Amino acid sequence: MRSEQQYIELYHEVSDLIKSRSCEVMNSVRDEAFETFRRMGFPTRKVERYRYTDVDAAFAPNYGISLSPLTVKPSAYIYNIENAPIDVSPYYHQIADPLDAITALNTALVHDALLVHVPKNQQVADPIVVDNWLRGTAATMMNRRILIVMEQGAEATIIMGDHAADKQQFLTTQVIEVYCHDGARLDLYETEETTPLCSRFSNVYIHAGRDCSVKHNSITLFNGQTRNLCDVYLRGEHSEVTLNGCVIGGGTQHIDNNTLIRHEVPNCASTQLYKYVVDDKAVGAFAGKILVEKDAQKTTSQETNANLCASTDARIYTQPMLEIYADDVKCAHGSTVGVMDEAALFYMRQRGIPETEARTLLKNAFMGQVIDQIKFEPLRQKLYVKVEKRFRGELDKCEDCRLCK
Amino acid sequence: MLEIKNLHAKVGDKEILKGVNLTIRDGETHALMGTNGAGKSTLSNVIVGNPSYEVTEGSITFNGKDLLTMNTEERAHAGIFMSFQAPIEIPGVSMTNFMRAAVNARREAQGKEPLKSTDFLKIMREKRKLVEIDQKLMNRSVNEGFSGGERKRNEIFQMAMLEPTLCILDETDSGLDVDALRIVAEGFNKLRTAQTSAIVITHYQRLLDYIRPDVVHVLIDGKIVKTGTAALAQQIEEQGFDWIKEELA
Repeated sequence: MRSEQQYIELYHEVSDLIKSRSCEVMNSVRDEAFETFRRMGFPTRKVERYRYTDVDAAFAPNYGISLSPLTVKPSAYIYNIENAPIDVSPYYHQIADPLDAITALNTALVHDALLVHVPKNQQVADPIVVDNWLRGTAATMMNRRILIVMEQGAEATIIMGDHAADKQQFLTTQVIEVYCHDGARLDLYETEETTPLCSRFSNVYIHAGRDCSVKHNSITLFNGQTRNLCDVYLRGEHSEVTLNGCVIGGGTQHIDNNTLIRHEVPNCASTQLYKYVVDDKAVGAFAGKILVEKDAQKTTSQETNANLCASTDARIYTQPMLEIYADDVKCAHGSTVGVMDEAALFYMRQRGIPETEARTLLKNAFMGQVIDQIKFEPLRQKLYVKVEKRFRGELDKCEDCRLCK
Repeated sequence: MLEIKNLHAKVGDKEILKGVNLTIRDGETHALMGTNGAGKSTLSNVIVGNPSYEVTEGSITFNGKDLLTMNTEERAHAGIFMSFQAPIEIPGVSMTNFMRAAVNARREAQGKEPLKSTDFLKIMREKRKLVEIDQKLMNRSVNEGFSGGERKRNEIFQMAMLEPTLCILDETDSGLDVDALRIVAEGFNKLRTAQTSAIVITHYQRLLDYIRPDVVHVLIDGKIVKTGTAALAQQIEEQGFDWIKEELA
């Protein structure tokens, strides 16, 4: 039996319960999403965008599904989708790829969703913080759905954190749909600090209208198995998008980032910088595609993936891709895989810096380039500290976590 | 201070040192001259413990300790410093952080508390003046974007910060113009005490005009074949190495 079978059976068992706890807009697409999932099943590694992660194996354990209601602390701009101040039907499950198996499964099983809504021309000074806590006494599957709607000219910084409160097997599916209307500016940060028992499948879909600025930062500090997909649709001129990634892997951790940026209109710019440091037997994968459509003239795009393999057993797979149908564009892509600089290590040791400290300094320096680009200063400072602690092996559980203490 | 006996070493399968004997006492400065490929840099790398070099025979003792059982950083903590022929760039690590890590690692090895930040910066300021090195270089990554002269000055600055008792200057004069050479050599001279010893590796007499050696050795084909006074360096400057090779033949 392949793994999808148990989710198909699960749906038959609990779909009525899910529907009763959910809302109209989510239920309206549920059966169709399930039907897609049932028909397709989980992607094998022959599917191009799932080459580097064994989805079937990740979903094989017998997880209990969490149907507990979402707790939304009362704060401005964040809503349970049931209490949305706007009509969400033009947004919900509209930009997400309906034929992606993870998205289809998430849409079928998710009963609750979070909405972040920033009204027209509203500039939100303080960051909007969304913390996700994984709790459970048995192996648990969480399905998380988030909708972010930035109205015209809205500005905000959103910081999302994934934490595991219990030493338990958790499987998370996440779908985030982001709609940036004309002139919106969004900085979206996602930090994962979970445990080696956690598996995460996250799909982020971003729509950008005219004159938008969108930054997405994905930071994997500690995890088990992670697969992050980020698709960007540039649909209005003079918009810019930046996707950055910082990945630190050790032990037998597995981190796979997969991106697609579609330049559908002229005069947009996109930049990607993903850096990985993998140690022990960790595996890192990056596959990023820039697609420039026929009419998207004057596109500029830069994609960089740089990797440091700190041990001989660690593995890196990298696949930068460009597909260009316009003839007046400036696009570049490149990737590097390197090992520890032995000459630099010797130089530092000759000055008396012990080898482990020298290695930490070099890894930290390598990652610094991504952290430097984080605009929100308190987060940047916090991450400098966390990244260094991570390299020193002092970050084996989420340190902000009140529950871990 | 340093005693090397019958030292043999190789890189890969190639034997480079073929029985070096050398004794350096406290406060002495020894110049090491020799043809390209004779093994001068190999000897200095073996003394500081570069893992790329393998010692196959012989011994090195430093102030009574068996150096060959110590790793690179332990040798540094014991007071050995090498000024690199080609100093290494370390992108992303600032000079200040690099120096702080080095100074505090040494203090920890000596059982001392790490320096307070204000004290550390004060010492940095004092030592910088010795070698006339600009503050703005301290905020940059180690050796990144430094000119050839700045790199060599930076080596002497690090030496000043770490206060070693045995300094190895591996072709510190290469790539320096006359003024930079003088600044670097004078900086080094200010750091010398009656207890500090030095090995100066050079091809040219000019550096030895500033740093007066007590003893001059000639290294050819992995062995020290001739030892003399400063006059020997002068003679090599004028006549080259051929006459020494003829003597040997």
